[in-house]
Amino acid sequence: MKIAIPADEKNLAGEVCMSFGRAPYFYIYETITKMGDFIENEAASSPGGAGIKAAQIVVDNHADILITPRCGENAAEVFKATELQIYKSKNGSISDNLDAYHNDKLSKLENFHAGFHGVTGN
Amino acid sequence: MKLAVLSGKGGTGKTLVSVNLAAVAKNSVYVDCDVEEPNGHLFFKPTEIETETVAIKIPVVDEDLCLGCRKCVDFCKFNALAAIVNKLLVFDDICHSCGGCIMLCPSNALTEKDKVIGEIKTGISEEVKVISGILNTGEVSGIPIIKELLKKTAAEKRLTLIDCPPGSACIVMESIRDADYCILVAEPTIFGRHNLALVYELVKLFNKPHGVVINKCMPGENLIETFCIENKINVLSKIPFESELGAINSDGEIAVKSEKYYGLFSELLQAVVKEVEHETVTHS
Repeated sequence: MKIAIPADEKNLAGEVCMSFGRAPYFYIYETITKMGDFIENEAASSPGGAGIKAAQIVVDNHADILITPRCGENAAEVFKATELQIYKSKNGSISDNLDAYHNDKLSKLENFHAGFHGVTGN
Repeated sequence: MKLAVLSGKGGTGKTLVSVNLAAVAKNSVYVDCDVEEPNGHLFFKPTEIETETVAIKIPVVDEDLCLGCRKCVDFCKFNALAAIVNKLLVFDDICHSCGGCIMLCPSNALTEKDKVIGEIKTGISEEVKVISGILNTGEVSGIPIIKELLKKTAAEKRLTLIDCPPGSACIVMESIRDADYCILVAEPTIFGRHNLALVYELVKLFNKPHGVVINKCMPGENLIETFCIENKINVLSKIPFESELGAINSDGEIAVKSEKYYGLFSELLQAVVKEVEHETVTHS
């Protein structure tokens, strides 16, 4: 099973990124091999719709689980078409959150925000 | 001649200035581009109203024809499409209606559908033609409505007042595109000065001749006047901060119908027309 986590830097001791769509990296962790990789989030620099593209990247990397502090409505709409489950991250590093997930300490993310688009006049 | 009236923030007096300039000019056109909350019609109370809807083009997928090649997904700069588990998702609110995805689709799986986002109402108020753009609640961008409004008035020979949306974002840029002159309305507060600086930067960027109208003027030092002197901006008029004018406005009446304010707006109009004619001479 694969777990995806938005990351501020390519470091397991680093914090989980506060943004899903515009996170610079995703950490993709394989629970069977216990190995993981940081991949670049190409959506981070999108002029718009970053959440949708980021969700596409996460799905293309075959993630089954996403651990994130928050997630927008559009990304959630993409995930709805898949089996992926979303958990809310806790304060702390990426490794802390992986541990928390394995110890059943994370709860499902159920509130999706409408975005921080500042669309006045888009 | 097309005059755009804009301001960095809402509530500074864009509608007051544009409605009264259109009214004082008589044989004129008033275009309300503040499509999220058009209010010029409240003053003009136009009659003989004709309504037309404004629609944008959104792609629709025929899943039986989609090959899953993702050409559309990769092309869309706004990420309005996602290809998830053999399904192509379209996000209507993100789509900018460029039609690129439809052109690129190798299997004709994408076609266009109309999505109504608002309407345009045209009416008459005495000698003023009143055109208002209205964006439906919940829609993301009013720009397609503004484009339609300006298309309707492109060939207009009469003096045209464009009442812009507040701010300095894309929707304002679209509104001033065809303007011969920009009237920047500002109120003398720190917030007002900050927002004036933003629209001032915008009109310079677009190379639009411009001048400032200071609304809600009180005696004494005036932040906006100081800003205009520092930046060598022409102050076209100062509208006094008076409860009488406020009362006329809140009653939905046009101020120039009162003798007291007729002169103020008539002089402003003359000042602007002179500026535009001067610009035309120096640039031709």
